[in-house]
Amino acid sequence: MSIREKAFIAGAYEHPGRELPDKSIPQIHAEVALGALADAGLDLADVDGYFCGGDAPGLGGLAMADYLGLKLRYMDSSDMGGSVYMSHVGHAAAAIAAGKCRVALITLGGRPRTTSLRAPGQLMGEPPEKSFEPIFGANVSALYALAAQRHMHEYGTTSEQLAEIKVAASHHAQHNPNAVLPKVVTVDDVVNSPMVSTPLHRLDCCVVTDGGGALVVVADEVAAALDRDCVKILGHGETVEHTRGGWQDITVTGGVRSGADAFAEARVRPADIDYVGLYDSFTITVLLALEDLGFCAKGDGGKFVLDGALQAPNGRLPFNTDGGSLCNNHPANRGGMTKIIEAVRQLRDEAHPAVQVRDCNLALAHGTGGWLSTRMGNATVVLGREDS
Amino acid sequence: MSAPQLPAPPPNVTSETATFWSATLDGKLLLQRCGVCGRAGYYPRYLCANCHSTDLIDTEASGRGTIYSYTVTTRGILEYANVGPYVLAMVELDEGPKMITNIIDCDPDALSIGQRVEVVFCDTGGDGALPRFRPADLEG
Repeated sequence: MSIREKAFIAGAYEHPGRELPDKSIPQIHAEVALGALADAGLDLADVDGYFCGGDAPGLGGLAMADYLGLKLRYMDSSDMGGSVYMSHVGHAAAAIAAGKCRVALITLGGRPRTTSLRAPGQLMGEPPEKSFEPIFGANVSALYALAAQRHMHEYGTTSEQLAEIKVAASHHAQHNPNAVLPKVVTVDDVVNSPMVSTPLHRLDCCVVTDGGGALVVVADEVAAALDRDCVKILGHGETVEHTRGGWQDITVTGGVRSGADAFAEARVRPADIDYVGLYDSFTITVLLALEDLGFCAKGDGGKFVLDGALQAPNGRLPFNTDGGSLCNNHPANRGGMTKIIEAVRQLRDEAHPAVQVRDCNLALAHGTGGWLSTRMGNATVVLGREDS
Repeated sequence: MSAPQLPAPPPNVTSETATFWSATLDGKLLLQRCGVCGRAGYYPRYLCANCHSTDLIDTEASGRGTIYSYTVTTRGILEYANVGPYVLAMVELDEGPKMITNIIDCDPDALSIGQRVEVVFCDTGGDGALPRFRPADLEG
C-alpha cells in the first residue's frame, strides 16, 4: 500500500510568538491546534486522529488529548526528535489511507527560550550511551561540529561554504516580521562570529525560541469538501541512522534512505523539486541533507550552495523561505514542523511575495532530529499542489 | 593554549557494562568482539550491533588509534558547564570501532584528523576510569 495521493494537508499554522514566558506548554499546543484547524475550516470536534512528539507534556498524547477534549480513533506519539513532524505527516497519511481516521491533528509547542534548555541524555529513562558520550562532555553543537570537521577533512568543504547557507536564510528572514534574526548577514559576518564548537561559529547555529506549529491532515473526501487549497501528500520516508556499534561514517545521514523512500513513493526525482524545507539546526545539517537527498553528489554540497543557489526566488533550489531555524524560529528545539508549514505556504502561493517561488508545484520537507555523529532520526515528505 | 583540567564524572555502571568499567580501573580498554561476525563493537551491550549475535567476547584493545574527528567546544553542559574550551573527539581505534572521548595533554590548536593517539585512564573516584586519549609518542 502506498500513501501517494491518499491524504492532504488542509491546515497549517505557525505560532507568531518567539518569547512566550506567560503561556503554558499545553496552551501553546492548543493555540496552534486551533490555528491550523481554522486555516482548514475545521474545528476540534472534527479531529479523530492526534499526533504529537516528545515536546507534548505528559504520557504520550494522553495529556494533550485530555486537555484539548479530543474524541480519538487514532493516536500516535512516536518521537525521533525535531524531524518527527515529517514522520507524523507520513503516519497520518498511512492511518487515513487505512481508514483509521479522517482528520488528523499534529501539534508542536515549547518554551526553550524562556525556560532552561533540556540537556541531551535527560530524556525519559537513561539512554544506554549516557556513560559513553555525555560523560565526555558531548554537547549538541560539538556532535554536529564533529560531522562538519570530518566533512571538511574528506571533501575540502570550507567555513565560507557553510556560511553561504546562513546567508541565504538571512536573505529570506528579512521579509519575515516574526523572525528572531531578520538582518541580512554576509559570509564574513558568519565566519567572524564567535566560535562555538570548531569549525561551527555562532551564526552556523540555529536560534533558540519559544513557539509552536500545527498541521491538519485529512482524507480525500474531507479535502474535497473544504473551501481551502490543500496540499497533496505524495511520498514519505523515515529511518534512524546511528553509531552501528562504532562503525559509522559521520558524514552520511539517514537522509540517504528516508529521501530515497520518499522520492520512490512520490515517483519523482530530486531534479523535479521546486522548493525544499530542510531542517537547519546547523548549517552543516543542511549541507549533508542536500547531498544525502541527492540534490548533488556526496561531497559536493559546499560547491552546490555557492552563487545564491538556495536563495528565493531565483536560486537553483530555494530553501527555508521563512528564514528557517537559522534565522526565524526553532520552537521546542524542534525544527521539522516549521519546515513543513513553509512548504505548504509555497505550494499555496502564500509565501511572502519576495520569496514566493514561481510555479511551485512540488516541494520536499526533510528533517534531521537527534544528533549528527551519533544517532539521528531522518524523515522526508514530498508534497504537491492539490491540482498537480 | 593549554587544555583545562577536565571533570571526570563517574560512570553509571550496570550489569551490561560492569566488565568494561571494571577493566578501566586496571588500565585496560575492553571491546566486545563478536564470536559470529568477528567485528569489535563499542559501547558495550547485550548483543552485536552488526549481526545481532549475543556471542560476544571481551577483548583487550591496544588502546591506540587515530583522531577521526574532533572539535574544540565552548558549550559544555552539566559537569562541563564551566571548564572553558575543551576537545571532544571521535577516535577510531586500531581495532576498528570509533568512540566519543576527549583528547587531553595536548595543544588543541595543533591537533589534526589522522593524528595518532593513545588511551589514558582518568580517575573518577567511582567504579570506572574514563578512557581519554593523548597524542601518541612518535616512535609508537
